[in-house]
Order: sequence, then structure tokens, then C-alpha cells
Amino acid sequence: MSDPSTPPETSTGIPAPEGAASIIDTDYELGQNNIDGKVGPFGFDIHNPVFLISGLSVVLFVFYTLALPEQSSSVFSWLFGVVTKGFDWFFIGAGDLVVLFCLVLIVSPFGKVRLGGRDATPDYTYVGWFAMLFAAGMGIGLMFYGVSEPMSHFSSSMGGIAVGEDGVRTDWAPLGAAAGDAEAARRLGMAATIYHWGLHPWAIYAVVALSLALFSFNKGLPLTIRSAFYPLLGERIWGWPGHVIDILAVFATLFGLATSLGFGATQANAGLNELFGVPVNSTTEVLLISAITAVALVSVLRGLDGGVKVLSEINMGLAMLLLAFVLLAGPTLLIITGFFDYLVAYVEYLPALSNPIGREDVNFSQGWTSFYWAWWISWSPFVGMFIARVSRGRTVREFIICVLLIPSMVCVLWMSVFGGVALDQVIADNYTAAQEADLPIKLFKMLDELPLTQITSFIGIVLVIVFFVTSSDSGSLVIDTITAGGKVDAPVTQRVFWCVFEGAVAIVLLLSAGGLASLQSMVISTGLPFTIVLLLMCVAIWKGLASEPR
Amino acid sequence: MFAKIMVPVDLAHADKLGRALETAAGLGGFYGCPVCYVGVTTEAPSSLAHTPEEYAAKLAAFAAAQGETGGHKAESHAVASHDPSVDLDGTLIKAAEDVGADLIVMASHIPNLADHLWPSHGGQVARKSHASVLVVR
Repeated sequence: MSDPSTPPETSTGIPAPEGAASIIDTDYELGQNNIDGKVGPFGFDIHNPVFLISGLSVVLFVFYTLALPEQSSSVFSWLFGVVTKGFDWFFIGAGDLVVLFCLVLIVSPFGKVRLGGRDATPDYTYVGWFAMLFAAGMGIGLMFYGVSEPMSHFSSSMGGIAVGEDGVRTDWAPLGAAAGDAEAARRLGMAATIYHWGLHPWAIYAVVALSLALFSFNKGLPLTIRSAFYPLLGERIWGWPGHVIDILAVFATLFGLATSLGFGATQANAGLNELFGVPVNSTTEVLLISAITAVALVSVLRGLDGGVKVLSEINMGLAMLLLAFVLLAGPTLLIITGFFDYLVAYVEYLPALSNPIGREDVNFSQGWTSFYWAWWISWSPFVGMFIARVSRGRTVREFIICVLLIPSMVCVLWMSVFGGVALDQVIADNYTAAQEADLPIKLFKMLDELPLTQITSFIGIVLVIVFFVTSSDSGSLVIDTITAGGKVDAPVTQRVFWCVFEGAVAIVLLLSAGGLASLQSMVISTGLPFTIVLLLMCVAIWKGLASEPR
Repeated sequence: MFAKIMVPVDLAHADKLGRALETAAGLGGFYGCPVCYVGVTTEAPSSLAHTPEEYAAKLAAFAAAQGETGGHKAESHAVASHDPSVDLDGTLIKAAEDVGADLIVMASHIPNLADHLWPSHGGQVARKSHASVLVVR
């Protein structure tokens, strides 16, 4: 019992944080800007103005995209081009800094600080925790790009360097390519893929998550993005600067989820077509989005423990099953040796791949790396906040190791297995179906060459769908918390609203020609302001940790 | 008759719990058993407290004040929940077992349409708990 004034018969059952001394003393009371009441029998408790402006701006943007499709598409493509091409050096450099920052934290004395106070105990077991952060973080991307990305880099590397009349490279190969050398192209392709899915994205998530967890659990500020800025903006975070940060976060999260939901439906549809001959059309896709949203709805209604965690664990179990199957059914020994070889290749090529300036491989560094970094960063408020919420009780060192190193290794393993098998099919067996297939079905074409295709492809489709459900439900919880001013116990009606809203936006965009792609460009463009946010968060974390008792 | 009475308390809306609190205090005095005030908080900061510890201290102070006013023996038990919007009923049922309460006195609202979608906490706790439940409107 840490509080001497507490009567002796009181039992708290709560870990008592000894970090109470480091709580930030602010006059702001959580929920003071909230409006609560009832609409009919349903209660609400929302932040004013974050909820309304976020919701209305989403509706406005959807309306703009539908009303003026050509204009909006050209505006968003222009913005996307400016951001990813003009600021490639900034994204790549920022990514490197964030990775270095995390690695320094692991070995620094700050690593001992425990999120939630010195005596806090972890809320979740390693398995549950890891399943949740992985499912929210990048699950679906692994299904989409596990086969296709290594294949793309391999093909472009094999093609060698091509230079246009203006002296600028026109090929998409990473670094100096590997014209005609299949072995070198394979190593370079895998190293480039691992670079995009390994330490860098997870370091981005780790920084956002750590700053939120620290300022919420240790400093007592609301669990919302603006809180991470307290050391820099002080009491101003409760005013418009804070509102803008939160609105931007909701905006990026909602559109990020809605556009991904739309694209995920197209992949699931393509897979169902391959497997069962289900027609590829918008009716099927709308039905798929509705089904995904319905399952996500059940999940959010069952809550963090009964819904999101359970689904994430099912998800991870299925993913591991598929991974183990491909590993065993494919050229096992080659994959295992490949795993280590690709890791060595990654370390070997990392300095050149992560070099932010003077790059000659402009298409690769701008079209792939810069695109990915902007994408990861635009997703980071969502994933970071979700990771923060489930990470109370971990030390900073444990947190970084588990959020940065372990998921990175899983991604290396995943890419080595799926990409490795697909590349082997091309190099050794001359099987090019996966290489030539459209992006959404590359995975299924690769599985075609392995035994039990029907079963594995079915698991693949289920995984695509469940990965979307786990992103959708955790996203709804995050948006709900931000738009409730950091309250994690707002009425359930609100999370239902955001979950349905997300599905509805996805359907509307899917039905409009080019809507999904143009809004995805817009979302990725939000990565630019968030990169500045990310770098400032590193400073805030350092300052915050420095004031913690260790 | 009863060994311990548990009263779920929402400190943010303690003003709406008057009748339930009064009933529990009266029963506590009548049976000479302690009344345990149970509060469920979030692990993240809430409008009531920055940390679960601070919440526990506030709940303890609330319980002590109730004991003083009612002249009965008062205890408190604070529980931090991952997702109280959804987990509240289960958390309360488990809390009753943890504190050894055999009677739960809880306030509940007048039934409305929303109860068909999300059943009331009183109804759910009465349905699932092993303890006797007295719902006070």
C-alpha cells in the first residue's frame, strides 16, 4: 500500500506507480472540453471540436472526391508527387534517425523506466501483446507484398540500369541493380524488401507508441496524440495546436483504414475468384467490406480483451500456420539458409539503402522507400496509439526490443519464406505465373505451385479478411479515444459509429472510379507533417524519460 | 444474513447513486456487515484521476466518508480495467468474488430502448453473479 492515508482495510488490486512524482501538473482536466448527452437512448461523450471537425472533414473530402473526381485525383496525385519525390531525403533521413534513437534507448539507462510506474505489471502476456501489435501494425501488407515486393525488386534488378536522355535513371532497381546476375538480384531484392519492412517502420511505430504511453501512463496526460507534445508546447496543447494534431491523426487513421479496407476487399475478391470462381465486381467487394465491417463491429462490441485480442491471436495463429506450411512445403533448406543470407545482405546493403542524399536510383528511393516511409508514418498515429494502449507495465527496454526487434525479425522471416519461395520458383523452376500476375493475386499464384493449394489459398483469403478486421476494430477504438479527448471509457455507441463510418467511406470510395487511389495518395501525403511530429516526439520522449525516476 | 455488501460506484456520477448508497448503508447497519465500495477505472488517465493509484485513493476517501455518514463499516476496492465500456459487468462480478461480497446493491437506470442492444449493468450482473443482487432505481 503506497498511500499512507488509505484505510488499512482497503485493497486496491492495482499496481501502484511510484512514478507519481513525475506526473505533469496541469490544470487541464480530462474531458473538460467534452460534450456529453444522449441522442435518443444512446449516450455520447465527445471532444469539442475534434469529433465534429474530424467527422465533417472526412465527409467533405469524400464528397470532393466524388463530385470532382478528375480534379481531386490530379490535386492529390500532385500532392503525393511533391511529398514523396521532393522530400525523399527528409523521409529517408528521418527514418534513419528514428531507428538510431530507438537503438540508443535500448542501451541507455532510460531503458529501465517502466511504463505505468516502477511497480506496474504488464497488462498482457507476451503472446497476446505481440499478436495485437503485429495485427494492427502491418499484417495486411505482408499478405499483399510478401510475394510481390521481393519479386518486383528482383525483376527490376535483373533488368539492370537504364538511363534516360536527361541523364536520370529510368529503371526501378534498387542501388546499382544486378543486371543478369540472378543470385545478386535475389540478394539485393530481398535486402531492399527487408529494409522496407524491418527496423525502420517498426522504429517509427515504436517512437509514436512510446511517447504516448510515457505521457499517458507515467505523466498522467490523456491518451491522445497531442499529449506527446506537452514538453514542447506546454499548456497550448489543450487549444488549437492540440486540436489540429488530433484532427490530423483521426483524418489519417480513418482514410488510411478506409482506403486499405477498399484495396483489401479487391485482394480478397481476387483470391475468391481464383479459388471459387466468385465474380470480380463491385457487388462482391461491397459485400466483403460489409462483412469485414460487421465482424469488426462484433469485435469492438466485445472490447479490447474479448474481441480485438482474441481476433489478433487467431490471426497470428493462422499466419504462423501458413508460414510454417510454406516453409515446409517449399524448399525448406534453401529458405532457412536464405533467411540468414538475406539478413547478411540486409546489413551489407543497409548503409547504401538508407543513405538519404545523392541517390542515383531515384525511382526506387522515391517511388518505393519514400512512399513506404510516408505510408508507415501516416499510419503511425493509429498503430502507435494502439500499441501504447496495450503496453502498460513494460520497461522501455523491453518495449523497444519487443516492438522494434522482434517484429522486424518476423518480417524478415515472412519475406524470406514467401519471397524466397516465389523467387525460387522463378529462378529454379522457371515458373513465372506469380511474377506475371496482378498484385493482389501474386500470393495465390505462388501457393498454386505448392501442395494443398485449395486449403492454403483459403487460409490466405481468411487471413486477408481477418487482418482487415483486426485493423478495422483497433482503428475504431483509436479514433474513438482521440475524438473523445483521450477517454477510453466513452459510450460504446461511439466506437460503433466510427467502425460503421469507416466501412461506409470505404464502400463509397470503392464505388467511385479512382476514389480509393486518389484518397490513398492524399493520406500518404499526411506523412510529411507527421514526420516533423515524429522527430519532435523523439525530443519529447528524451525529455520525458529524463524526468522519470529510474 | 449477509457477510459483506458490495456497492459499485461511479465516482464521476456519485450524485446519481444516492438511493443505492443509502440502501447499502442501511442494510450494512442492519446486518452489521461491512459495505465495500467498488470502483472500476481505466488504466489510462481519466477525468477522475491521472493514475489508477490516484483513483484508488479517491475511492478510499469516498468510502471512508460514506462510512462516517452512515455509521457502518466501509471498505473500498478499486479495479483497473482494460476496456471498462465493455468489460464493466464482468469486472464487477469478479470484484464481488474477490472481496467476498454476498450481496450487491447497485443503482440502475429506468429501462429504455437501448437495453435491447446493450443490456443494463444491473440486469447483467444479476444474471451472472453468484451473489444476491438488489437493483435500486
